[in-house]
Amino acid sequence: METYPLEVERLTVAYQKKPVLRSVSFGIPSGKLIGVLGPNGAGKSTLLKAVLGLIPKVEGNVSIYGRPYQEQRKIVGYVPQRESVDWDFPTNALDVVMMGRYGHLGWFRRPGSKEREIAMECLTKVGMADYAGRQISQLSGGQQQRVFLARALAQNAQLYFMDEPFAGVDATTEKAIISLLHDLKEQGKTVLVVHHDLSTVKEYFDHVLLLNGELVAAGPTEDTFTSDNLQKTYGGRIAMLQDFGAATVGTV
Amino acid sequence: MQWILMGSLLLGLGSGVIGSFTFLRKQSLLGDALAHAALPGICIAFMLSGVKSVGLFMIGAIISGALATFGIHAITRYSRIKQDAALGIVLSVFFGAGVVMMTKIQHSGNGNQSGLDKYMFGQAASMVMTDVYLMGIVSLILVIVCALLFKEFKLISFDPGFARGMGMKVALLEQLMLLMTVVAVVVGIQAVGVVLVAALLITPAVAARYWTDSLGIMVIMAGVFGALSGVTGTLISGTVSNLPTGPVTVLAATLLFLVSVTFAPNRGLLAKWIRRLRTRNELRGKMEMVVIHQSTQGVERGAEQ
Amino acid sequence: MTDFWIILTGTLVAASCGVLGCFLVLRKMAMVGDAISHSVLPGIAIAFLISSSRDSLLMLIGAAVFGLITVFLIQALQQGGLQSDASIGIVFTALFAIGVILISRNAANIDLDLDCVLFGEIAYVQWDTLIWNGYDLGPIAVWMLGGTFLIILAAIGLFYKQFKLCAFDPALAAALGIPVALFHYLLMGLVSLSTVASFESVGAILVVGMLIVPASTAYLLTDRLSVMLLYSILIGAISSAAGYYVAKWLDASIAGSMISVAGLLFLLAFLFSPLHGLIVRMRKRGRLKTVEAS
Repeated sequence: METYPLEVERLTVAYQKKPVLRSVSFGIPSGKLIGVLGPNGAGKSTLLKAVLGLIPKVEGNVSIYGRPYQEQRKIVGYVPQRESVDWDFPTNALDVVMMGRYGHLGWFRRPGSKEREIAMECLTKVGMADYAGRQISQLSGGQQQRVFLARALAQNAQLYFMDEPFAGVDATTEKAIISLLHDLKEQGKTVLVVHHDLSTVKEYFDHVLLLNGELVAAGPTEDTFTSDNLQKTYGGRIAMLQDFGAATVGTV
Repeated sequence: MQWILMGSLLLGLGSGVIGSFTFLRKQSLLGDALAHAALPGICIAFMLSGVKSVGLFMIGAIISGALATFGIHAITRYSRIKQDAALGIVLSVFFGAGVVMMTKIQHSGNGNQSGLDKYMFGQAASMVMTDVYLMGIVSLILVIVCALLFKEFKLISFDPGFARGMGMKVALLEQLMLLMTVVAVVVGIQAVGVVLVAALLITPAVAARYWTDSLGIMVIMAGVFGALSGVTGTLISGTVSNLPTGPVTVLAATLLFLVSVTFAPNRGLLAKWIRRLRTRNELRGKMEMVVIHQSTQGVERGAEQ
Repeated sequence: MTDFWIILTGTLVAASCGVLGCFLVLRKMAMVGDAISHSVLPGIAIAFLISSSRDSLLMLIGAAVFGLITVFLIQALQQGGLQSDASIGIVFTALFAIGVILISRNAANIDLDLDCVLFGEIAYVQWDTLIWNGYDLGPIAVWMLGGTFLIILAAIGLFYKQFKLCAFDPALAAALGIPVALFHYLLMGLVSLSTVASFESVGAILVVGMLIVPASTAYLLTDRLSVMLLYSILIGAISSAAGYYVAKWLDASIAGSMISVAGLLFLLAFLFSPLHGLIVRMRKRGRLKTVEAS
């Protein structure tokens, strides 16, 4: 049996009062773009954070290419939500991207010209080379998101986790992210994306993971992204869902 | 002694009540900043008048407190400096300036100044009768105003936007609440000192929050806790030598807080701990079933193709 | 010589606090610095009681321990669901109260004036000198503060990238395997250390001021962290030198004057900073309006 880029077994995470994720188990295939979907409070970001060891888990196992996360840090890249940091921090775009190299530098080495080069390349890939020296608070929301993506690229990982990279970005950035995702896929990398906009799911992702506190369904988009499963995930909350579901059923 | 006891009781009551609102408005440390900021106001009042009069000091403190709040507001509004640093800047700079003035007064050899340094650590026992009366009356007024404007204060603490929508004079009420906080701080400084007066506002209110989810009960409990701390502090420091009132009062409040944190129903540590054990056991039980259920469903379909 | 030693002491305090203050301000923990500077008092009092002397090493240890206890308690309360500023207020007032009680109950054994706890005695710094083999090596306070400053420089210098990433994006730092908690407590330990080293000479309030005010001023003047650190030290040094002469001229508290000057410098930066000053902001806004109008 091949080892999955990410395998999660019976993962349970609880905040103080109530469990947010209950016994979630899945494995994701290599070299695919995977969308993580679910209503607010379904535990999407929590899943990412628990996998990355940022919050404690009550129960369960996470392995990355068959080994615990702690041993595999260098091949995992992470793009947190844009609001999670203070953009007034005194630093520029290039510097933020260089932070992606810190994991490879070890304890005492300082980033040097090689890191600068890599960071510059990554900025170029997301179309932000001209903004390298710009203070980060002077960038637009979309540009900030692209800087974060460039930083993840600089991590040069095999497996990427992205927490709502499409949230509140402009059309240019959205296109840039999509083409970046496809580049990554072509290089055989695996990307897990927390996503909100159901109308673009079929266009963007090969696989989906439907989450609602528990795992509702997981698998290739065309089999899994069905009105039936969406109903189970979102309940009767969104009438519009019918459209996506119906369309899916129609094409299968 | 009886009068001083009565004074501390009313002071604790008043600060506890006001503190409940400042705590809910997430402005707990504002009291600390206001206490420090009061110093230059008090010194200027003394320099101008040349007499030690609590009434005049209060006016000075209110003016410099208002300036300090304005400063904090301006810094967070017009620069990228955040609330915490703005508080720290105003607190230390005002206090620094106050210390400069105080030493200036002391060095100028004015005989009346002896009372000023008492403001640092507070000593209820050294208060004169008129101070005690003033402290008690002012505290009482604070409590009465809070009782009269209870529903207004409640709404602007919870949802100022909605209050404005209802046509309430939110800005005016906020100013009033701020003014009352300054007054509470200034009368408190006498009894417990500049550094510790913040505790009179914060600690009883937080302790009360652990026991109840109703604002009315919380405010009453905070007042009772405050009064209890004030009386305990005054009694103990009055009977044991070399024991300043302020720290004892604060520690009494802290003790009440610790009891609340541990034993309060629902929110207390003990209750939480029991609940956590329970949910963990429940989760375990459920989990076994879920896993069996899911493995038959073939969760890893994605990888198999 | 008096002028020199006092200004040097003030500058060393300002430099140590300035470096650490930048990280506190950026992590929105300025008031935690305030809390630590107050709640190390019981540590100092206990060290006094144990050694019945001003044994500096023991005091450093005692204060560092209480500094870390403060941080730990604040965090514990926060994790229990309490607002951060309420937790800070409860913890530091309680610990400071314990310290005051310890000192006033043992006034006979503790040669520590409570006023000096708040304002320090920087004017007397030069009388307490380090004598080694009969040579007068200068004030003890200067040696202690100098040592503290070197330790801080070494720690920040060695782990600059870790401290920076932990301040900017702790989630990524944790994901990269940087021990975030360790660096958090290291920073807090350093704050306690510099607090207690500065305590005797300048008092709690100047420490708070020097932690927060120069760092905030620097924050308004630059968009680079390394430059911000440098500016912060520089502004602190200017404040202590200018503050000393102001105090001499007014015949008033030296520590208080230093803070007042620092406050004045902050006000200048707040109004006139070419990057983030109020006037530049207003102009920008005015320009936007005219563009809209046309």
